[in-house]
Amino acid sequence: MENDRKGEVQFGEQLTARSHLARSAMTSGPGIFWVSFFLLLPLIWIGVISFLTRTEVGGYERPFTYENYSRFIGFGFFGFDMLYPQIILRSLVLGTGTALLCMVTAMPLAFFIAGLPARFKNLALTLVLIPFWTNLLIRTYAWQILLAPESPLTRLAVLLHFTEAGLPLYPSAMAIYIGMVCDYLPFLVLPLYASVEKIDWSIAEAASDLGADGPRVFWHAILPQVTPGLVAGIILVLIPATGQFVIPDLLGGAKTVMLGNAIQQQFQQSRDWPFGSAITFVGMGAVMLGLWAYARAAGEKGGEII
Amino acid sequence: MKRVSLPLWLISTFLYVFMYAPLAVVIIFSFNTAKHGGPWMGFTTDWYTSLLADKQKQDATWNTLIVGSASTVIATILGTMLGYGMSRYWFPGKKMFSLAMYIPVMIPDIVMAVAMLAFFQLLTDKVGFFNMGLATMTIAHITFQIPFVAIVVRSRLVGMDPAIEEAAHDLGASTWQTFWNVTFPLMLPGVLAGAMLAFTLSLDDFVVSFFTTGPGATTLPILIYSSVKRGITPDINALSTLIVLASVLGTIGVTVLQRPRKNTGG
Amino acid sequence: MATDTPAIEVENLVRHFGDVFALDHISVQIRKGEFFSLLGPSGCGKTTLLRIVGGLDIPDEGVVRIGGVDAREIPAHKRPVNTVFQSYALFPHLTVRDNIAFGLRMKNVAKPDIIDRVNRVMDMVEIPKLAARKPAQLSGGQKQRVALARAIVNEPMCLLLDEPLGALDLKLRKQLQIELLQLQRRLGITFIYVTHDQEEALVMSDRIAVMSAGKIVQLGDSEELYEHPRTRYVSQFLGSCNLLDATVRQRGATGGVVDTLVGELQVESGKLPDRDKLTLAIRPEKVTLLPASDGTGQNRVRVKVEELLYIGSETHYVLRAGEQRLTAEAMNVKVGSQGFDIGAEAVAYLPAAGLLVLDD
Repeated sequence: MENDRKGEVQFGEQLTARSHLARSAMTSGPGIFWVSFFLLLPLIWIGVISFLTRTEVGGYERPFTYENYSRFIGFGFFGFDMLYPQIILRSLVLGTGTALLCMVTAMPLAFFIAGLPARFKNLALTLVLIPFWTNLLIRTYAWQILLAPESPLTRLAVLLHFTEAGLPLYPSAMAIYIGMVCDYLPFLVLPLYASVEKIDWSIAEAASDLGADGPRVFWHAILPQVTPGLVAGIILVLIPATGQFVIPDLLGGAKTVMLGNAIQQQFQQSRDWPFGSAITFVGMGAVMLGLWAYARAAGEKGGEII
Repeated sequence: MKRVSLPLWLISTFLYVFMYAPLAVVIIFSFNTAKHGGPWMGFTTDWYTSLLADKQKQDATWNTLIVGSASTVIATILGTMLGYGMSRYWFPGKKMFSLAMYIPVMIPDIVMAVAMLAFFQLLTDKVGFFNMGLATMTIAHITFQIPFVAIVVRSRLVGMDPAIEEAAHDLGASTWQTFWNVTFPLMLPGVLAGAMLAFTLSLDDFVVSFFTTGPGATTLPILIYSSVKRGITPDINALSTLIVLASVLGTIGVTVLQRPRKNTGG
Repeated sequence: MATDTPAIEVENLVRHFGDVFALDHISVQIRKGEFFSLLGPSGCGKTTLLRIVGGLDIPDEGVVRIGGVDAREIPAHKRPVNTVFQSYALFPHLTVRDNIAFGLRMKNVAKPDIIDRVNRVMDMVEIPKLAARKPAQLSGGQKQRVALARAIVNEPMCLLLDEPLGALDLKLRKQLQIELLQLQRRLGITFIYVTHDQEEALVMSDRIAVMSAGKIVQLGDSEELYEHPRTRYVSQFLGSCNLLDATVRQRGATGGVVDTLVGELQVESGKLPDRDKLTLAIRPEKVTLLPASDGTGQNRVRVKVEELLYIGSETHYVLRAGEQRLTAEAMNVKVGSQGFDIGAEAVAYLPAAGLLVLDD
């Protein structure tokens, strides 16, 4: 039970506003300082950099300018070039697509685990967690092997006329999606499962008792009950997925540049930090905006699940 | 309670296979004689033995463990204190900071990585001694580990029956006595779970490490990435299998500790 | 401390949560060595009062005195009172013995003394065999005893019990009620006992404070509260009661006459207040059911038996006299039928001695 009040008795101790502050300083203080100094401050700092100008040696200096942002929108010598906005859009599509695919695949899994006899539930959950915790790099490059020309999967695709013999199934958009879903699925399964576990089935029974058929029972009686877990899961997937760079890098290739790759490029190969920072901020802004709109529409229940 | 229908069984089995396919592939191919991941050409443990002689990989392993251990220790201490403080005490702006604490959990790792890179650069310019290397990587790791530990510890505390601490005070225990004799022992499983979580996060991290490292400070994930980009050397499969094994043991450990204990009061 | 200093005294205690008054200017004195109960439904403030005495909550206004000493500046862990919690709040990571020894350890009592006192207290509540077990391995009743032992081993000036028997089944509850009572008598410690079970309060207490919405509605010993409730609330909370609206017709030195829905009734003169409109109350067991032929005489009302509830040792009757509903309870003295069936015509005798006048 959290108690945010001051000057009260809490857990048997009398605390005043002053003692709350003193104790906060002693306990939360160091952690807050660390995270603020090494994360929040840096985030602000790249915001500042995004308004600076690039030097020839790859650093940055004043004057302050809007140029990075206008370059982002593509206002250049030849008029509007939509390259970067396209990248952001593509990344948003990737993020949303991943979230939707994960949602579609996580649902059956969550219900499956919830329907198991109690002693198997923990086992089933652990089995979901294990791949979750193994290194992303390893899993992603394993897909490279699985999608290579000689692998059974590719051969199956050849049989079904999806592709020609001898060609790997990657780099391709499909490969990226496979890798993404494989990686992010547990992020959605876990919060969703938490909600599914708590479903009050008597409501569904009452609904069918009153004459509703299968799909309607699901839509009206069951889905609303899992919404909090669903929302939490989608939030947990959407943001990181949009900024993901390893998976598009390994399974995508030069044709499919995503937000993550673009940022990485600017900070490493191109050494244009101001521009990179601008991309980061616009990208993040876009994601946050989308999320905010989504959260408003779907309700704020997701946050508690985390 | 719902019984699981056959279509659900089929779909779920397929999904589990889907999730484990990559792991299975890596493990199987680590025993494959073929030099480039392809058809099966015979069983061998050569790749594993070659790892033993590979200094580069051993250095990387060593680095990974050092960074992992150091960051976990510090992050667990700070994170536990933070989790405890946030669940009990108030300070101005607490609500806002509560939300801010979730940023590292949700932010794409690349955003965190470039932000820290830029910031370390700045510090190196202005202050001088912040050279990129294992130290900066460790600091970066601690930064994303702290919120995770704090969240785990906090949720454990929130679930505790407040009457237990009231009872401790009622029986004559002072603030410190209550904490040491009652709160901390009951919090400990959460602290340990948080520590294991932090350790795993550090071991697995690639993106943040990649951007905040310096010359000579390579970790396993970074090594694997460069190998993959260059074209796989098969011993990477063997290395990966070992890493997977370690992760599996770690996951099981975390799950065991995180299981809701029935005797946490009430 | 003089022998007539109250063990616990609260004066004008106020505690509100937002707009709601949990305690509305409560004052009460609890004597040394007494078994004092706070009785009321949930939300009446009884637990809040208990917690304030224990130091687990702070009043917004008012004074708390423990043994005559103002306790407001004294934090919970320094107060000479101990609490037995409703959820027992046993330390899950300690054995029974360590749980009980906790308070003594915190006060740095010498090791051999701790062992000795803990053993004695475990004998007292009959749990010596459980010493090495952990709380998770105990039943509800056993946890209860451990919680009790843990509190009394500290020899507090006053023991605060917050509905300690609430989670137990009926039989165990009744057994423990008697054990608690005997324990209190043996130890001589002041007990403040919170409960919503009126029967429990009646059985165990020296005095009871009936509470409602943050106020003490009536204070007295069991007999006083049961036989002489002052308000409708108290009369209905402790047992059940027949209520009759009445208007005074005649006042006399030996008695008065009032008009009610069931006719004229004689009331003892000492009971009549100045006002004319009153509420009369009579306990169902004081109402005697007579055969229809016995209809003449004072305070006899013609009734019809509407409902009959056979409880084993007693029969409860729901009777109707026109618009007035009455209940009567009688012990089943005869074997077989007691003589009244549903639908039967009978006479209810409401003796003047059993008729009470309420304050509201």
